[in-house]
Amino acid sequence: MNRLAVAEKVSPQSTGRRTARAAHLTRARMAMTLSTLAAALVVIASVATAFGSVHISLLRAVADHASPDYAILIGVRIPRVLMGAAVGAVLAAAGVALQALVRNPLAEGGILGISGGGAFGAIVAMVLCSRLPGVDELVPLAAFAAALISTGAVYRLAQLEGRLEPFTLLLVGVIFNAFWGAAIMLVNSVVNFYFTHSIIFWLMGSFEAPTYREVAMVATLGCAGFIFLMWHARDMNILSLGDGEAIELGVDVDGVRRAIFIATSVMIGAAVSVSGIISFVGLIVPHVLRIAFGADHRLLLPASLLAGAAFTVAADLLARTAIAPAELPVGAITALCGGPFFIYVLRHEGRRALIR
Amino acid sequence: MMAVKTGAELAVRVVDLVAGYGEQPVLHRIALTVAPGEMLAVVGPNGAGKSTLLRVLSGALQPRAGTVELFGRPLATYDRRALARSLATVAQENSVAFQFSVMEIVLMGRAPHLGPFHLESPHDLAIAEAALRRFDLVELAGRPIDELSGGERKRVFLARALAQEPRVILLDEPTAFLDMRHAAEIFACFRSLREEDGLSVVATLHDLNAAALYADRILMLKDGATAGYGAAEEVFTAERLREVYEVEVQVGRNPATGTIVVYPGVGTSRLPRP
Repeated sequence: MNRLAVAEKVSPQSTGRRTARAAHLTRARMAMTLSTLAAALVVIASVATAFGSVHISLLRAVADHASPDYAILIGVRIPRVLMGAAVGAVLAAAGVALQALVRNPLAEGGILGISGGGAFGAIVAMVLCSRLPGVDELVPLAAFAAALISTGAVYRLAQLEGRLEPFTLLLVGVIFNAFWGAAIMLVNSVVNFYFTHSIIFWLMGSFEAPTYREVAMVATLGCAGFIFLMWHARDMNILSLGDGEAIELGVDVDGVRRAIFIATSVMIGAAVSVSGIISFVGLIVPHVLRIAFGADHRLLLPASLLAGAAFTVAADLLARTAIAPAELPVGAITALCGGPFFIYVLRHEGRRALIR
Repeated sequence: MMAVKTGAELAVRVVDLVAGYGEQPVLHRIALTVAPGEMLAVVGPNGAGKSTLLRVLSGALQPRAGTVELFGRPLATYDRRALARSLATVAQENSVAFQFSVMEIVLMGRAPHLGPFHLESPHDLAIAEAALRRFDLVELAGRPIDELSGGERKRVFLARALAQEPRVILLDEPTAFLDMRHAAEIFACFRSLREEDGLSVVATLHDLNAAALYADRILMLKDGATAGYGAAEEVFTAERLREVYEVEVQVGRNPATGTIVVYPGVGTSRLPRP
């Protein structure tokens, strides 16, 4: 009774707020939104470059290339901020696309077993090949390959009579995710204690000491995947109407599903291979943006790219500075801040349930 | 007496259609034609094959045998996007996964006319706005679709179909969730679209009186076969309706319009089945 009364009190207000939103996407609205988000990203990235576990002077770094400040700035800070931005951007944009793919705002790389597979591959490669030379190069490759193999398996198993059924895909993905989690724990319990730190690294995610080559790899694969997704952005809108409607509007539903699935696997695989499992970015960023800017994927995809980058760089800044000189795993920060914030947004969003 | 028309003059031409799912065919040897500007009502009891017929006409279900032509061209030779520019379908129920606005949904009807990366042009917006006006949705344009009533929602999807600028529109129970006034408004709206733009309409209807009042022709199905095809006067006879629906009915005339009116009688008249 009481709850009903509250709902009624909230509803006209929230309706009014919604009506204020523009009815459809225009070029001006897109430019406005994206430039605001880009500006926010630049500010956050600048702050994240200036601050860290060690205090450095940007002036001295620029003036004197022999100074330790310069070495830290170029060798540590900048690649780390770039890596955080690239991984966050990729995870958030891939999250948007996966949610469109399964018509469900709960989907993300973790839930489809992509990141779990990648982390398992990395851990197995690390443990088995620990005595081989050049293992540092091998681990990201193994993670990437395992992520793709895992998603390939999910994809095959979720197909019924040649069609990719969204709900089956979600279920198979959830099962794979749990399976990889268990497999990682199994490996953890039988290997040398020495590996435990690295295993935690893969499970919680970190941007510790990335190289420019790794940054370039994630950025390149991420960009390629993103362009691919943008190509299908309007198709993603139409997929929201259901398969039948989408087919009748001339969308090649199976083809688009396949394209989204392959593009997001490559994107998330690339991100996991260098940073481990960073959860919640692919879930929370799209959801908040959808509430703020509407559901049109032509805006949502680029907006999530920028906002995902900003959110992750900010989370990593917190991870580096909160208990400096020690460091928190950034995946723990995204989940710890992301979880409660997500619930807050959901509660204040009002009567609309997450799933109908 | 209606003049015989060649395939090219017809919007839809179906000959000897057999279609179904799995082993058992649902539709047996159906034939029908719809001329530009005409409305065909498909009626029949539940499970008679009305929705299956619409699925075949929309291209969603491949026929087993027979001919299905759209403007003289076999339906199977159209590519999906080209087909979506000629033919629109409104399903009985529509669910939307994310919170799109009414205008965004209606603009999705423009998709078959647009390439990737394109935003809708002023031309597309004008067409969507005309569709909104047509179904009295202008005030709702900015509202999220999930906050609308069932009747408003229905009108949004009708407007979306109209934004495709189709020449043929397929409606599956268009008035199922609507009150009398909104149902009448929608039929009136389609009547003017038929007269002004030569739009052809194929609608499945449970309401026989609406079918008699608004459709040029009726196709009555029973167990996937044609139980009657022609004007309402020919198809809706008390004897045939009793046979098809297995229920007592009286057939009369609307005193105001002179159209056929079907009154349900008392009790069922289960006929002995062969």
